[in-house]
Amino acid sequence: MANQLLVGTRKGVFVLGRHGRGWRIERAELLGDPVTMVLAERDGTLHAAQDMGHFGVKMKRSRDGGATWEERPVPQYPPKPEDVVDLDPMRNSPIPWNVMKVWSLEASQRDGELWCGTIPGALFRSRDGGDSWQFVESLWMHPDRKFWVGGGADYPGIHSILVDPRSPDIVRIGVSCGGLWQTTDGGETWDCKGQGMRADYAPPDQAYERRGQDAHRIAQCAAAPDHVWIQHHNGIFRSTDGGSTCTEITTAKPSVFGFAVVVHPRDPKTAWFVPGRKDQWRYPVDGALVVSRTRDGGETFDVLREGLPQAHAYDVVYRHGLDIDAEGATLAFGSTTGNLFVSDDEGESWQNVSNYLPPIYCVRFVN
Amino acid sequence: MATLHFTQNLARHTECPSAALAAETVGELLERYFERWPAVRGYVLDDQGEVRHHVKVLVDGRNIKDRRKLTDRINVDSEIYVFQALSGG
Repeated sequence: MANQLLVGTRKGVFVLGRHGRGWRIERAELLGDPVTMVLAERDGTLHAAQDMGHFGVKMKRSRDGGATWEERPVPQYPPKPEDVVDLDPMRNSPIPWNVMKVWSLEASQRDGELWCGTIPGALFRSRDGGDSWQFVESLWMHPDRKFWVGGGADYPGIHSILVDPRSPDIVRIGVSCGGLWQTTDGGETWDCKGQGMRADYAPPDQAYERRGQDAHRIAQCAAAPDHVWIQHHNGIFRSTDGGSTCTEITTAKPSVFGFAVVVHPRDPKTAWFVPGRKDQWRYPVDGALVVSRTRDGGETFDVLREGLPQAHAYDVVYRHGLDIDAEGATLAFGSTTGNLFVSDDEGESWQNVSNYLPPIYCVRFVN
Repeated sequence: MATLHFTQNLARHTECPSAALAAETVGELLERYFERWPAVRGYVLDDQGEVRHHVKVLVDGRNIKDRRKLTDRINVDSEIYVFQALSGG
């Protein structure tokens, strides 16, 4: 059972600890600046990615549980050759070769190996715990990147990085909007997967275009990583073959729209979502904040409400705002209105930890 | 020598004292400064070595013209300021 939780917000990172049956904020760090992503490595090393606005993205690392933070190198795009034309297909405007946001950060089972996904959609790898970063050129230079477009942001971004527990050379990534991609050779080559994902907002002849799918968030089952769940702009999809083929799940209540998804670490048929009213409204259906859970691979869903506000709640939970611990019993989610909830019973009931945090971007257990 | 100053808002994030340095262009001046204070580079310039979108550089009270290659010339007694390019309220 996880005893520590990291929360990245519009105004810094918060470290929470379990105290008896409740959770308490123990530290408020890096205050004043947005923290777009956090990561806790197995050895307890913490990473935080900041968006400094005027002064760009910065990376911080803590080796004492968040008491002190040191500035570490930021992933960097290579110099853009003068003769390269790299245009966003949506607006025909140049794609900046600059880190605009760190949107995903994951550790592999190899000591010191980290993966970092950014807006615009580039992937970076560190082999020394964030002391240096290498640009994954094979993905950036892939000819099919020209199909990627921005979703909520102006430019496409890599929001999900799934390192296969069976082999660190197998990595899947999710791109908004660019679908699901996989490498099986440690990043040398990449293939676009995700056959069956559907975008009903696209022109009919492009609805199944794999390279343009807006997968909001992709999660895998740790014990059965070929089982992949996708919270897509269009709804929920599930794959049992590592994302190669996806089946749409239409039974989720009260809606199929949302950003976040987590999968039970041992049971690939159990997954949780925080649904919202689609598409341009983006708040809980009827103002009642709920979590939906399936235990049977999407055949049926439970709508979990206990401890959550059921009237006039307009919380949105971003794609990184929901997490589950390594044992699968404890979940946490945080919202754009600064509400933070934790459940110790697989989502049956929720405890409100705070109503007063800044807008929450990401929530992660320290396992 | 020309003197380089930074907004105090940057000092909140990284050490960036004013410094007098010999240089003929803004680019040279910044490079010399970054040799001594390398951490400041990423706050002022982006991945392509251009002035960050929301940063502005003034030479003797005037915005520089070349934000990409930093070729604006400076005098031996120039005062160069690096500020936030404010937008919004």
